[in-house]
Amino acid sequence: MQPLLSVENLSIGFGKSEPVVRDVNFSVSAGETLALVGESGSGKTISCRALLQILPRAAQIRSGRMLFNPNGDPVDLATLSSRKLRHIRGNRIAMIFQEPMRSLSPLHKIGNQVAEALKLHGRISDSDAKRRVLEQFERVGFPNPDRTWRSYPFELSGGMRQRAMIAMAMVAKPDLLIADEPTTALDVTTQAQVLGLMKELQQETGMAMILVTHDLGVVANMAEQVVVMHKGRVMEAGPAAPILRAPAHPYTQKLFHAAPKIPDPVAQDRPVERDLILEMRDVAKTFTMRAGKAWAAPQKVQACAGLDFSLPRGKTLAIVGESGSGKTTAARIALGAEAPDAGGQVLFRPTPDATPVAVHRMDRKQRRAFQREAQMVFQDPYSSLSPRMRILDTLSEPLEIHDIGGASERRDRAGEMLKMVGLPTDMLLRFPHAFSGGQRQRLSIARALMLNPSLLICDEPTSALDVSVQDQILSLLEDIRDAQNLSYLFISHDLAVVARIADEVAVMRRGLVVEQAPPEELFHNPNHPYTKALIAAQPTPDVNRPINLKLVAQGAGSPEHWPEQFRFKGSDAPPLVAMSPDKGSEATASGHKVRCHV
Amino acid sequence: MEILRYAIYRFGTMLLTLLVVSVLIFWIINLPPGDYLSNQIAEFRASGQESLVAKAEFLRQEYALDKPLWQQYLIWMGFLPGPHGFSGMLQGNFGWSFEFDRPVSEIVGDSLWLTVLVNLAAVLFVYMVALPLGVIAAAKSRTMIDYTAAFIGYLGLATPNFLLALILFYYGNKHLGLPIGGLMAPEYEGMPMSWDKVKSILLHLIVPTFVIGTSGASAMMQRLRANMLDELGKPYVETAVAKGMRPSRMLAKYPLRVAFNPFVADIGNLLPSMVSGSVLVSVVLGLQTIGPVLLQALKSQDMFLSGFVLMFVALLTLIGTMISDVLLVLLDPRIRYEGRDG
Repeated sequence: MQPLLSVENLSIGFGKSEPVVRDVNFSVSAGETLALVGESGSGKTISCRALLQILPRAAQIRSGRMLFNPNGDPVDLATLSSRKLRHIRGNRIAMIFQEPMRSLSPLHKIGNQVAEALKLHGRISDSDAKRRVLEQFERVGFPNPDRTWRSYPFELSGGMRQRAMIAMAMVAKPDLLIADEPTTALDVTTQAQVLGLMKELQQETGMAMILVTHDLGVVANMAEQVVVMHKGRVMEAGPAAPILRAPAHPYTQKLFHAAPKIPDPVAQDRPVERDLILEMRDVAKTFTMRAGKAWAAPQKVQACAGLDFSLPRGKTLAIVGESGSGKTTAARIALGAEAPDAGGQVLFRPTPDATPVAVHRMDRKQRRAFQREAQMVFQDPYSSLSPRMRILDTLSEPLEIHDIGGASERRDRAGEMLKMVGLPTDMLLRFPHAFSGGQRQRLSIARALMLNPSLLICDEPTSALDVSVQDQILSLLEDIRDAQNLSYLFISHDLAVVARIADEVAVMRRGLVVEQAPPEELFHNPNHPYTKALIAAQPTPDVNRPINLKLVAQGAGSPEHWPEQFRFKGSDAPPLVAMSPDKGSEATASGHKVRCHV
Repeated sequence: MEILRYAIYRFGTMLLTLLVVSVLIFWIINLPPGDYLSNQIAEFRASGQESLVAKAEFLRQEYALDKPLWQQYLIWMGFLPGPHGFSGMLQGNFGWSFEFDRPVSEIVGDSLWLTVLVNLAAVLFVYMVALPLGVIAAAKSRTMIDYTAAFIGYLGLATPNFLLALILFYYGNKHLGLPIGGLMAPEYEGMPMSWDKVKSILLHLIVPTFVIGTSGASAMMQRLRANMLDELGKPYVETAVAKGMRPSRMLAKYPLRVAFNPFVADIGNLLPSMVSGSVLVSVVLGLQTIGPVLLQALKSQDMFLSGFVLMFVALLTLIGTMISDVLLVLLDPRIRYEGRDG
């Protein structure tokens, strides 16, 4: 059978420089999914955008053919007139983009934007278009299609916007769907549901799909064919199952090993920790939101409640949850950037036998001293470094603020820190734009370490990075922790990342900790439906372990739909209960807590 | 209905602002020591014209200038009864111009609506020129079209207005027979409105509109171009292209709608800068607008006249911002639905 699309010897370059995509070949047949895998800069996105010629203006297709053959009459997309190409865009080949937040126009109603995909490609009456769009909305899982039709994008959550994007791509019943990292910006449970939806739609319509991703777990769940790209070239291509089982090319192997995995169970005796660097007792935070109208009462929103954490010195406590779960608020309270509601206590001990500092009510002097001890590593290395400051200035700024050392000492310390995070010291005089994402994250770690703190708060430090870079950064964080006896409060939405680095994991949902345990215990003996959903939703690069959508749907739903034992409504949550040790196993389930009715 | 309520609310805040502004204006024009009449009285005394002193003293009492400042303000606004009962701005009595020895309303009457006319024409000109040029410059950025548009724009920004006025008058008259100076041919001044008079005014408006509008238009064009370029890089533009839209329709429907916001928000700033900025131009062009009147009144401490003109400019500004605010709410659902639960 003729493939639906075959790309032959595709090369793309910018301006007069060397091509960024070279001699790329792949093909995809109807009903099949092809995954283009690679890290940022590998050329995977550019190659798939070239199909519809949605390229940056400076880029041109240097050579190659892209034969699209929906009905036995192949056309070369590379040489098609822009008029004919417009007829294919959105009609025969549709595309879904990475950022659902920004891929819809903020000023037009969803219905208008989706129906446009139909109206552009044929004479269709307004009422027919609306009927088909509403059907599509229902199909992609909008509970109330009519309401969605009238909504603006900012009224929907990220997952729902991506569903709207899928509806827009699917409404014209295309032969080929190109999805460019469609779930990278979504929470892991939402990702599982969106991937499940895409797969179902493909089975119904028999369309072909090209999935661009950096996540081998997603590949294992979705694709029949894989093309692994690196620096603009195809490294390895073929059916998904054998490649994932035994990657032949060293680069694929490297990617494969960098992918975070759920750990194997290890029996560990855990001594009870006495030396706690940070304790949070009964911490809650309520935000008062100004109502939209001057005369209406302000609204109160509880960001988190009943948080009890203790972080032993030299250990890592991870807080895991999706956006809006209250994990960032918890971190901000721990850092003293936000005061907890009355009654909550945050205690910090800079040294084992020092009297604890009450972080929730520090005076000016205490705050200054505390800031030297507790530092933060931010999520986005691209925006957390000032683009107008040299690395040396960025690094020595904390020392200036705290008035430590002279210029030469500061410089020495900055060089020392650069070396510690694995960057050459001659980079001190460069500006941030000269660094890659991973290097920038190393820089922000170096900045956090400048004051020689004892506590680091890491707010999703790797979620903006490629898998292999993520792996390096996590190793770096582990090494520094062990070398300097640092303690981490690690915030993440990704259980698998946390599994590796954490000594204790707290899973948060809607401002509450629903389950808390050491990672081995949590992964192999999860009790709470939400934890189970998080684990089930985690795509793993193993074709034999598909995402269990039923578990995801059950646990990721609202607390009112959890099984009887865990169910609650509103703020009427059951207590966090310590689990009794599992009778059958040797390991003592120390500190495994679950929020349930006893 | 939401929008009507917002408009009413916005109107209320506008009145409040106007009140505050009136206090400030009154305070500022009274900052220099003395007033028009006391200066005059001193002058008469020095030259020994005692009879005139009596007349000035009489006027001082007549217009309550002998009262404390706060009472003067309240009387001027019409909150307190003056020597002749309530007769202030609120009652439609704008006061007396001592310099021209005529009521303020008589002096500014004509130039008031001429000012509005000239500025309205200039604003329309700004928008009509800046909108297409800005969009084209952005869509064809880094091509000859973009560079040409930018060059013309910078020429417009950099050329002093009065110079531009003189050049345009000279060549306009020489080649096109356009009239020089004034807002209408002399024979129509003071005449009732007629078709010929309208034609004459329109003909006279061409050069002033061009002169006053050019710099505003080029500034706005550059701003629109920059906004459009920002928007063109956003993913939703790509989505629209991937849907198969024609570039021209895509530009108009998506990025322009978003880039339009600052454009609308500028209406408020445009009005006052044109009134005050066009003083020099009005002098050079011989326009009987309010600008030159204001300048003269401020110089001679003709307080009621200058107070009225300043209030008028403030009113224009506030109306401009109100219009742009209401338009923004109409245009941008994100502003409209703030606080509505999703």
